[in-house]
Amino acid sequence: MNIVVPIKLVPDLVEELVIDANGARLDPTVLRLKLNEFDDHAIEQAILLKEKGAGQVTVVAPDVDGADDALYTAAAKGADRLIKLTGNWQSGVNNHALARAFANLVKTLRPEVILTGVQAHNDLDGAVGPQLAEHLGMPYVGYVSGVAVCDGKVEVRKEFPGGLIAEMEVVLPAVLGIQAAEKPPRYVPISKVRQTMKTAAIEKFPAAELEAGGAPTAIRLFQPPAGARAIMIEGDADAVATRLVEIFKERGVL
Amino acid sequence: MSQDIYVIIEHLRGQVADISYVMLAAARALANANGGKVIAVLLGHAVQPLASDLAADRVLYMEHPAFADFSSDAHQRALERLIKEHAPRAVLFGDTTMGGDVAPWLSAHLTLSLVSSCRALRVEDNALKFVSQICGGKLMAEGDLPGPTALVLMVPGGFKPEQGRSTQPPELTHIDAPALEDLRVTVKEYIEPAVGDVDIAREPVLVSIGRGIQNHDNVELAEELAKALGGVVCGSRPVIDQNWLPTTRLVGKSGKAVKPKLYLALGISGAPEHVEAIGDCEMIVAINTDTTAPIFDIAKYGAQIDMLDLLPVLTEQVAQAKG
Amino acid sequence: MTIPAITNPSFNETFYASLQTPPTGDRVRTCLQCGMCSGVCPFGYLMDFPPSRMIAALRSEIFDRVMNTDTVWMCVACHACTEVCPSGIPLTEKLMTRAKEELLLAGKIPAELQLALENSQRYGNVLGQSPRKRADWTKGIQATVPIMGKDKKSTDVLWFVGDYPSYHPRVQATSRALARIFNALGVDFGILGPDESGDGDSQRLAGERGLFELLAAKNAQAFRKYKFNEIVTTDPHAYNAFKNVYPTLGITYPVRHYTQFLAQQLDQLKPLLKQSLNTKITFHDPCYLGRANNIYAEPRALLKAIPGVELAEMSHSGKTSLCCGGGGGGMWLEGFHWEKAHTRTSEWRVREAVAAGANTLAVACPYEPPRFEDAVKTVREASGLEVRDIIELLAESMEQ
Repeated sequence: MNIVVPIKLVPDLVEELVIDANGARLDPTVLRLKLNEFDDHAIEQAILLKEKGAGQVTVVAPDVDGADDALYTAAAKGADRLIKLTGNWQSGVNNHALARAFANLVKTLRPEVILTGVQAHNDLDGAVGPQLAEHLGMPYVGYVSGVAVCDGKVEVRKEFPGGLIAEMEVVLPAVLGIQAAEKPPRYVPISKVRQTMKTAAIEKFPAAELEAGGAPTAIRLFQPPAGARAIMIEGDADAVATRLVEIFKERGVL
Repeated sequence: MSQDIYVIIEHLRGQVADISYVMLAAARALANANGGKVIAVLLGHAVQPLASDLAADRVLYMEHPAFADFSSDAHQRALERLIKEHAPRAVLFGDTTMGGDVAPWLSAHLTLSLVSSCRALRVEDNALKFVSQICGGKLMAEGDLPGPTALVLMVPGGFKPEQGRSTQPPELTHIDAPALEDLRVTVKEYIEPAVGDVDIAREPVLVSIGRGIQNHDNVELAEELAKALGGVVCGSRPVIDQNWLPTTRLVGKSGKAVKPKLYLALGISGAPEHVEAIGDCEMIVAINTDTTAPIFDIAKYGAQIDMLDLLPVLTEQVAQAKG
Repeated sequence: MTIPAITNPSFNETFYASLQTPPTGDRVRTCLQCGMCSGVCPFGYLMDFPPSRMIAALRSEIFDRVMNTDTVWMCVACHACTEVCPSGIPLTEKLMTRAKEELLLAGKIPAELQLALENSQRYGNVLGQSPRKRADWTKGIQATVPIMGKDKKSTDVLWFVGDYPSYHPRVQATSRALARIFNALGVDFGILGPDESGDGDSQRLAGERGLFELLAAKNAQAFRKYKFNEIVTTDPHAYNAFKNVYPTLGITYPVRHYTQFLAQQLDQLKPLLKQSLNTKITFHDPCYLGRANNIYAEPRALLKAIPGVELAEMSHSGKTSLCCGGGGGGMWLEGFHWEKAHTRTSEWRVREAVAAGANTLAVACPYEPPRFEDAVKTVREASGLEVRDIIELLAESMEQ
């Protein structure tokens, strides 16, 4: 069974987000990218599926900073094939363009199942998964936290509010938006990743002219207004606890 | 092509989701400014009564047994045709497990622009504008709402659900569903959340833990504080994903929305998916070692210390205060 | 003598062979099964396979069973076993570390530790903070802290600050105090600032050799940019890495721990110690100064030089010092250790400090202030015990 995992890299929020001079995008010189957390889960879910039954896992990423690292790490976890989409990603690209670029490549891979993160924190024009599904003419189910394949169909657990879960049946081939893998993403020792870098190859696939249509343009980015921030209580744990007990009493909680 | 604002009503098991009312209120503000109408779209099976308190000028009700459960396939087919025919100025969806499956697909299919994580819509100099919050709440993006028809995935904020409810049932029009046989996505059965566990939505005091709890064992510290305060422990996504708390305790977009008297957020950064579920809390107190954490923008009180240092001390002082 | 090549060697055989690398590796074959190691180990009683039993398993060719346990992670790399072994087997560095390496390769790692390792790799510090902010602790302080590259290109002493002294709020106080002392002594020094990556020694001892080498390569790259005469470290773990392991990677620089550096300058330092501290102090020998590197006298010399200080020894001191529980990954296995043991070595230790009659527990390793202060909070009879790094005590005595 052919499993494809399209991934994207997103701003690392540990670093400060600096808006560049023209206010339309993040300053790339300060920006650091990391693998989208939900795509990490998608990779893990794909490897879990592979481990349960025969299958091949292909991971696809746009050729941006950090892509190589993410791909080799996926290979060290068990991914079989690594592909980078080369193109003009420098200007920052939206999910509409990314989905189209993925679709062009994925068509040629003929997967049965496509797993991708259900969302990413920098999504401004909807998630990649449902758009990719449309381009490929496949059904899409998002917010998935359990996947089992059987006989040309896949059974997924879709999350609804309040802890409710729907067990759904989806006809293959299909695109699934992963919320959480059945197990947390595994650890791979760096020695293993290094070894993988010697043996695994990253194929390149040229993304055609990137079409970004379908997303808002002329965007202004800004930091959320400071607003009425919390009244900060100073001091160590004792001092804070004392003040909190006072507040709780004032509020009639105690 | 019209100036109408369409709102896709989200409902689950006989209840209209709060986000639907929030969207109706947002749509009303837009429609008033640009001279359009607010049209609610209700896809369902035997759910006509749900239309009765929707604050809309009209409800388009599409009845079909296939809508008894949510199937992205069914909704995509139904809405694709509707939007193409009616070409409204904007179509609002909840940025949720339902809207999120459908709107981006429609955007690709109908080549219509889509804005997600949208907190607010407004009119400025006769232009419709959106404001979205992304990157864990650390970044805002605003711009013109694209035309001729814009799809919008909305998150709570900006309006209260009450503002989207009406005492007068709106006019209702039945519309035909397209062929919905051979759906590729179907619901087989539901798995209910664990029965016998508390309903955090009803608790007056919530001690909510995030990543800062670090490991399973420390949850006990939070339980002790909750007990001392007469409340219960709940948590954000990372804690539930690690199985340190059951899913019934999840506060957030895919969990429960809560409005206790006291919401103590410990080691929670305040990402939008969490914040949208605690907007109605009477008082939020946030403890986090990161002063830039967005949670401090919505909390009433805060302290920049390690929650693990605070927990035992606070529990003891609360116990003493109770005597 | 090498083990003859066998086709399809078992995991047991490969693992055993990997322990027997020169120079002292083959001593593992001379194990007497006396059990001293397992007995002296602070958590030996909890392990399914404490060191002596691990060797017995190797000899019985059932080492695979060790891979199905998780109690190897109770080892805090404190060197107590290595210290007492009559056959001189390098138990900590070879046996326990290698076992952890195999567990990591098999993906069997507690979740807490996984996060710490991922942070180290991604951000160069185990706390997961932005590397750009590594020198932020120097902002707004009175002391001058030159940053290499920005303020100077050559210096006498390269002060290797470390992860916790750079980022952890409690330990930053130690860094500020050492900066004051260096200034007062007129030391020509500089720090790497954002170019510094963690020493990675504890991560190495937690089984992540590859991560250690990655961090070492980054540090080597930073070192090469500047000229300096020696490295002085805040942290005994960094000292151990630079002194004993970096040279095996071809990275060799003269290095001292700050206690050695300051003890050598005692003649210049002593006149500056004007304030009498009026306190009874007991010194906790850090595992990586004491047992691992035989540095016992210098910390005590520094403490004795402070006016108004009475020095007392705890029942476990010097070679028998009781580990704070932070090494070998222990710093990032708090929850895991508590779940298994429901007791903390740091708590035993503060009880010993109180029993020695001390008001102040002096330490010389960045893991210790937060660990011992946490222990003081949970051990009732220790309330009031102050925990201070020697640096902080010296700086306090220097104050006008």
